[in-house]
Amino acid sequence: MQDAGTAQTTLRVVAKDVVAEGVVTLVLKAADGARLPDWTPGSHIDLVLPGGLTRQYSLCGDRWNAYEYRVGVLRETDGRGGSAYVHDELRQGDTVGVSRPRNNFPLVPAKNYLFIAGGIGITPLLPMVHQAELLGADWKLVYGGRTKDSMAFLDELAGYGERVHIVPEDEQGRPDLQAALGEVHVGLRVYCCGPPGLLDAVENACAPWPAPTLWTERFSAPEQGAPVRGEPFDIVLARRGATVTVTKDMTVIDAMRAVGVDLLSSCMEGVCGTCETTVLDGVVDHRDALLTAEDRAAGDRMFPCVSRSCTDRLVLDL
Amino acid sequence: MTASRLSPPVIDIDPFGTEVLTNPYPLEHALLAAGPLSYLSAHDVYAVARYDAVYAALRNWQGFQSGAGVGLSNFRTEKPWRRLSIVVEADPPHHDAPRRVLANLLGPRAQRGLRAEWMAKAHKMVGKVLDGAPGSTVEFDAVTAIAEKFPPRAVGDALGMPEEGRENLLPFSDFLLNAFGPRNELVAAGAPHAKFLTTWVMEHCRRDKLTEDGLGGQIWAAADRGEITHEQAPGVVRSLFAAGFNTTAHALAAVMHALVTHPEQWRRLRAEPSLARIAFDEAVRWASPVQTFFRTAVGDVPVGDHIVPDGAKVLMFLGAANRDPRRWADPDKFDLSRDPSGHVGFGFGLHQCVGQNLARLEAECLITALAERVETLEPAAPGKRRLNNTLRAWHSIPVRARLAR
Repeated sequence: MQDAGTAQTTLRVVAKDVVAEGVVTLVLKAADGARLPDWTPGSHIDLVLPGGLTRQYSLCGDRWNAYEYRVGVLRETDGRGGSAYVHDELRQGDTVGVSRPRNNFPLVPAKNYLFIAGGIGITPLLPMVHQAELLGADWKLVYGGRTKDSMAFLDELAGYGERVHIVPEDEQGRPDLQAALGEVHVGLRVYCCGPPGLLDAVENACAPWPAPTLWTERFSAPEQGAPVRGEPFDIVLARRGATVTVTKDMTVIDAMRAVGVDLLSSCMEGVCGTCETTVLDGVVDHRDALLTAEDRAAGDRMFPCVSRSCTDRLVLDL
Repeated sequence: MTASRLSPPVIDIDPFGTEVLTNPYPLEHALLAAGPLSYLSAHDVYAVARYDAVYAALRNWQGFQSGAGVGLSNFRTEKPWRRLSIVVEADPPHHDAPRRVLANLLGPRAQRGLRAEWMAKAHKMVGKVLDGAPGSTVEFDAVTAIAEKFPPRAVGDALGMPEEGRENLLPFSDFLLNAFGPRNELVAAGAPHAKFLTTWVMEHCRRDKLTEDGLGGQIWAAADRGEITHEQAPGVVRSLFAAGFNTTAHALAAVMHALVTHPEQWRRLRAEPSLARIAFDEAVRWASPVQTFFRTAVGDVPVGDHIVPDGAKVLMFLGAANRDPRRWADPDKFDLSRDPSGHVGFGFGLHQCVGQNLARLEAECLITALAERVETLEPAAPGKRRLNNTLRAWHSIPVRARLAR
């Protein structure tokens, strides 16, 4: 039988480890051991924290293991409390709400890659270097951080040998970007993730390079939706004049089915697009991997196999 | 390891023999009864047919790879004798970028852009076929006049390809889909034209043969943006030629056949035209136009109490899974009150048909246009099959339609 859409929205923390000064990794699994939705390097998930706060973290595990996600979380001293909760409160065995993986930072094919990580910005790049290796590409990683002790995953990166350049600022200063980039040549792809200062510096350094060279991710992602609801909400099926209540443990499609209204769907993971539905009123809590930021902002459609409501009710053209 | 882990039930029927291709149901029943995994001695391959096993195999790209070919040939051990698809026959990480480009291109935005145009095209095509006064009776072939005609018109235009040569689209895909089976007489019959068709398609994947704003041109634009390489672009365009016409044509033929042979379901549809989408998916479940695909085991993969050994080919019977009584109540019945969600007619998981919602849109447009004009539908003569190693296709479905007053 198909996995219920809801089974994967709550995952269990099966391991929590301190991997560097101020950095913990969480390994997440479905309580029933089910497969998790597929992802690609550069993908992130939202962790839904108490009070409905959501925080985005890059997946940094191995996607050849379909049963686990791994994220790395830096304690942010001036953060909004999300990382403090993960560091101080969240324990092995706890459950946590998780969105479907989305990828705004995909690895494009190339023969040559330069990966530039600043601090916790290493997380999306970790699966990328693995992938570059599998593709047989020529690649180099320049990984800067305050001190060696603050830099996560050095042990995992050690296996790649000379392709990896570890640059702790207290020992070597900031990475020499010009030297890392070398001579301008067509076909190099630069992937950078890290603090705004590093991103700006890399953008400047890449300015003379031809167009699709630089791909970046800023980790204070602007895509911040309304808080996630824990309480039930109502779905109004406008054409049928019916109202259905959706509780925490069911999808919108489940709730409709329970009152005898079927909606054609397929993947139940927000990736295939079959169940696209027009929204007439209310604010959607989008959980799919299909809509662009622009489409989400328009708020006139949703994928009810995974998406929910931020408001007390959603009116659908059904 | 127990004895049962070593030896799944053996079935000696050739799944690509004329008898099975003509009527697949006896073999499907045998496979469903045999258990989660069987061994097909005719080709030294394993088979999954029950819904749960097919669903799990389709999702398990880590254990069942596509990159060694989704046909019978095992390109992990054999030298490829045909060109592999860079989309359908690729595994991560190679699969990621081409898939992403196609998913973006064929996603919700494209469907919104095409709806009005395809609705107009469907009305025009249906209007021509139903050439008669209100209340009169007309006869036509649902395969040649509609099902095989609409995708080359609608998708061909959307792709941005020239009008000339579109008659090559279906034969090209026919050959590819036959080539996923053994090199039997069906492959031999197509072989003399294969070279011409392949050359013609490769020529039409070139940028100068495609309009800038069509789907083909947009694949090239994605290459300019670095999302795929320029070397990959023709292969990605080619995947639309391979998978965007013939499979849809025979999914449309399947829904036409279902509606023509189930007059009570046609009456329901007429009364409730929004059932058009359900009708199409139910027909894809019921008829499974794409019958089978292969995977190749990566490591020893457990299925039920058995093991598929590393490197072995596994044939997934989508048609059997879509009629597995463990999953579907009254599975042999074509029924618009059923929720066909979750059928595996478009595959599932990483390689699930990336154009499935364009196929649904084509079907919705055609069925809507027909329902507006046609009061009753009935067979004018028995339909005739066209045999293919992968596709459950129709040669003709003669139809008699009484037009609404």
